[in-house]
Amino acid sequence: MTRTPIDTVGRPSSRAGAPAERPSAQAGAPRAGGRKRAFTTRKGFAILGFLAPAMLFVSVFIYYPMISGSQMAFRNWNLTNLTDTSWVGFKNFEAIFANPVFYTVLGNTLLWVLGSIIPQLVIGFAIALWLRRKFRFRGVYQALIFFPWAISGFLIGILFRWMFNSEFGVVNDLLAKAGLIDSPIPWLAEPGSAMTAVIIANIWYGVTFFAIMILAALQSVPDDLFEAAALDGAGKVRTLFQITIPYIRTTLALTILLRVIWIFNFPDIIWAMTGGGPANQTHIVTTWMINTTQRGDYGQASAIGLIVVGILLVFSAFYLMAIREKKDA
Amino acid sequence: MINTETNPARVIRVVVLALWLVITVFPLYWITITSLKEPGAIFSYPLTYWPEAISLENYVGLFEKAQFGTYLGNSLLVATVAASVATLISMLSAYVLARFEFRSKGALMMAFLVTQMIPAFIALGPLYLLMTQLKLVDNKFGLILIYIAVCIPFCTVMLRGFFANVPDALEEAAMIDGCSRIGALFRVIVPVMKPGIVAAFIFNFVNCWNELFLSVTLMNRDQNKTIPTALNGFITSYNIDWGSMSAAAVLTIIPTMVLFAFASRYIVQGLTAGAVKG
Repeated sequence: MTRTPIDTVGRPSSRAGAPAERPSAQAGAPRAGGRKRAFTTRKGFAILGFLAPAMLFVSVFIYYPMISGSQMAFRNWNLTNLTDTSWVGFKNFEAIFANPVFYTVLGNTLLWVLGSIIPQLVIGFAIALWLRRKFRFRGVYQALIFFPWAISGFLIGILFRWMFNSEFGVVNDLLAKAGLIDSPIPWLAEPGSAMTAVIIANIWYGVTFFAIMILAALQSVPDDLFEAAALDGAGKVRTLFQITIPYIRTTLALTILLRVIWIFNFPDIIWAMTGGGPANQTHIVTTWMINTTQRGDYGQASAIGLIVVGILLVFSAFYLMAIREKKDA
Repeated sequence: MINTETNPARVIRVVVLALWLVITVFPLYWITITSLKEPGAIFSYPLTYWPEAISLENYVGLFEKAQFGTYLGNSLLVATVAASVATLISMLSAYVLARFEFRSKGALMMAFLVTQMIPAFIALGPLYLLMTQLKLVDNKFGLILIYIAVCIPFCTVMLRGFFANVPDALEEAAMIDGCSRIGALFRVIVPVMKPGIVAAFIFNFVNCWNELFLSVTLMNRDQNKTIPTALNGFITSYNIDWGSMSAAAVLTIIPTMVLFAFASRYIVQGLTAGAVKG
């Protein structure tokens, strides 16, 4: 960085230089500025006109309800008592922080995000690496493994709820046939296994996304790099960690960020499979929020929503800082 | 790519890829098999992995008892119109974000990205009140308006990546030849960007087709329900009608799967262009 010269030498010289520069800049202004302004106005109309429809829709149907919903977090907004919707400051937040369930839910959310994203990333990466190779029916294979992405989270929840059914579920049947269990596991009725089941469903859904993103990024890595590595005698693992991963780091970092946000915020699968039960053990922050809404307490639900936004913003900021630092080094 | 693969590595690759294919397809196979079993056979033990007698009873029941045809039509209408309009609007805003430099551009991009971070549930209550005031509750047109808005942010970011890949010179040439900016956009850029636009449309369509929470909140009358709302209706607090549910699930999944199968190539390009450049 060139901070020192500016601080010591540059400051007095810039003070002296500024007045000298300003008139010369103004001298050329009328003619160039006039032409520029005409162009800018037309450009401005194009920008405004093209952006107007998008801004109108998003403002009316997303921002307005979101902002209006956010302010409920500071009000006593409960469907059971709508006569008193007065401002209560941070009372809703205090109630949440005082509730032990909140900390269970936070822990569950962490487990849900990490437990889902790590296997998704590893399996997705492996598939993407192998899909780079040409083989017969690769197109068909690719189309087939895309399918989970065409299905809604809610339906995936239903699908897996049926498969993890303790009496007629295919999972228990297969495990028994393989000799791994003696008696059926009540998957969705017990805390540990319920969390495992919802995470398995989410992994099934999310591997594809990583595979697609990484595959596309891999296609930008030039073949010479691999050839050079092979000539230098680098093994598979070394090539992966020293060439492939550094080359696609940006895509990888952004995909992980996007996925963390989406998974954190993704109630559908859990909602359809367990509804957050048994005994709150599969509630993540957003399913807990839905639950609170259904109890009619919109004030607290909005407060939970704002806490989610806060956590994600802080996380994104730190994460982006961390990957930027790495880039400089 | 040069072939450095040894034989054991090849075996591992083939096994893992095959295993993942089985894992991906099996749940879909299982729900299909379930939907084709007679209602009684669904709850019989031992489980059958191959239907002994194929029965369409679950499907017939759907259309006779549950008016599934109406839901299917509603979903098709809402998703097609919303996805088309959202793609069109997003194209305009994505074009501006890719081509022009202006002061609030960064803020605008952030504003679109933040919508991905905020839980939709925060907006649900106020949205319901808003739609009540606009007299658009329980109205397909109202649902379409909201879906358009929901699709726009991500679709814009995705299409922006595509526009950034198309050289400026193309539309500049068209404008010198006397095209207006919008004319140049539709006559010159859109044909070049067809894969991206197709990917964006399919992405929007699938999102609208699958959306549950908004439609459950806003649609009450049977004649207005979309498929996910109807699916939700099969869950009562004590019981799930697994026969109807699995038949409905199969019917819901098929259209989007067909779309994905045809367009998987475009989707790879579409998602990555958006992510790398966005």
